[in-house]
Amino acid sequence: MSNPQQLRYSKEHEWLSAAEEGVSTIGITEHAANALGDVVFVQLPEVGDTVTAGETCGELESTKSVSDLYSPVNGEVVAANQDVVDDPSLVNSAPFEGGWLFKVRITDEPDDLLSADEYTAFAAG
Amino acid sequence: MSTAPRLTALDAVHRALGATMTDFAGWDMPLRYASERDEHNAVRTKAGLFDLSHMGEITVTGPEAVDFLNFALVGNIGSIGVGRARYTMIVAEDGGILDDLIVYRLGEPEAPEYMVVANASNAQTVLDELTGRVAGFDAEVRDDRDAYALLAVQGPESPGILKSLTDADLDNLKYYAGLPGTVAGVPALIARTGYTGEDGFELFVAPGDAEKLWGALMEAGAPVGMVPAGLSCRDTLRLEAGMPLYGHELTAELTPFDAGLGRVVKFEKTSRADTFVGRAALAAAAERAETAPPRKLVGLVAEGRRVPRAGFPVVADGKVIGEVTSGAPSPTLGKPIAMAYVDAEHAAPGTAGVGVDIRGAHEPYEVVALPFYKRQK
Repeated sequence: MSNPQQLRYSKEHEWLSAAEEGVSTIGITEHAANALGDVVFVQLPEVGDTVTAGETCGELESTKSVSDLYSPVNGEVVAANQDVVDDPSLVNSAPFEGGWLFKVRITDEPDDLLSADEYTAFAAG
Repeated sequence: MSTAPRLTALDAVHRALGATMTDFAGWDMPLRYASERDEHNAVRTKAGLFDLSHMGEITVTGPEAVDFLNFALVGNIGSIGVGRARYTMIVAEDGGILDDLIVYRLGEPEAPEYMVVANASNAQTVLDELTGRVAGFDAEVRDDRDAYALLAVQGPESPGILKSLTDADLDNLKYYAGLPGTVAGVPALIARTGYTGEDGFELFVAPGDAEKLWGALMEAGAPVGMVPAGLSCRDTLRLEAGMPLYGHELTAELTPFDAGLGRVVKFEKTSRADTFVGRAALAAAAERAETAPPRKLVGLVAEGRRVPRAGFPVVADGKVIGEVTSGAPSPTLGKPIAMAYVDAEHAAPGTAGVGVDIRGAHEPYEVVALPFYKRQK
């Protein structure tokens, strides 16, 4: 599996797109999706919610387990992906594309976000 | 315990297939190869191939093998015909379930031989108990856990797949029967048993033959849609079929009667043994189940999409009335399902107002009779 170079990554296995007009798209990595197995239920933060880096803001439920969803950055949620709520399997089939989870207008971000190569090494370790 | 996990004879096959592996009762086992939902659906509609080599085989032989097993287990082992199998249990003196088992009768009357198949997590306990209980019987208990690899072909296409690889008379091999034969040139005990709710076969073979048999089965099965299937889908398949799993629906704190499986206990047995381990406690448990059952095992079907997990409280009117023992999203029903022990007064199918406490939120659930899924014959 390859982690797209243009994205940044958190140690909680989220990815974050380059900000456009201050807004980034967030999802979970293919590595995380594979570890979860088939995702069957997604609870996302709502538009207008304030999210904080490293704090739980939703959950992802798979056949075997439930996992908290974390935001990699601070900010305000400006969109949530209704398609993935309706069809959670998008998280498995297209984690970096149609399986995106929410968009945040960033107010602050931690300084330990990883590059693609750093994340690849982190996930392998 | 930090011992290295045990590997099955098919370990290299799983790794070559890119399986996600998991530790299960000290064994490194395939959890899934790709999507567990696709594997589940393949078993329901076509076929799946499982490595179940972690199951524990124990062979019992000797002139008094029947008497011994009747004494050691709750079932009437004396009524099992040659080439047939029986679902049964082993309990402690207090009636608590130590494991659920399948006993296969292999030998002819002049040379009694039975194979007891235990869950991986309990195999050592069962072996120790049988070894202890055999004292005084002219019978021998043999640890055959390393003597077998176990492959299961499950699903509606499984008879056709197997027929293409064996001359054994599968048409006359009934459910819960087993016969020795040859599959793809490999000597095997061919049993029509399974843990999926589908027609299917379990093949006990020498570990050295396992890879060859796996390859032949995949070659024959892949064209009709058979896929390798892992333990994750095995769990959802058995849950839909309402089959209990030790450590979840069955524990040492419950008797077979508490688990709704009192029918496996036979107080009248076909042998000279006039008692069996746990008899007195089970007689009392049977009485209690008739008159004042504490809790009953029921099915729950979600109205929402949140998945109940083992240990979650079942609630009604703000009170805890039971506990989930197994829960998962059901691929067949398309909804979360669970098995749970609930107070008898809330156990009737259709009972209103029952929910599951899912991380603090009371999600509504419908009480249904088990199983959730029954195959069309």
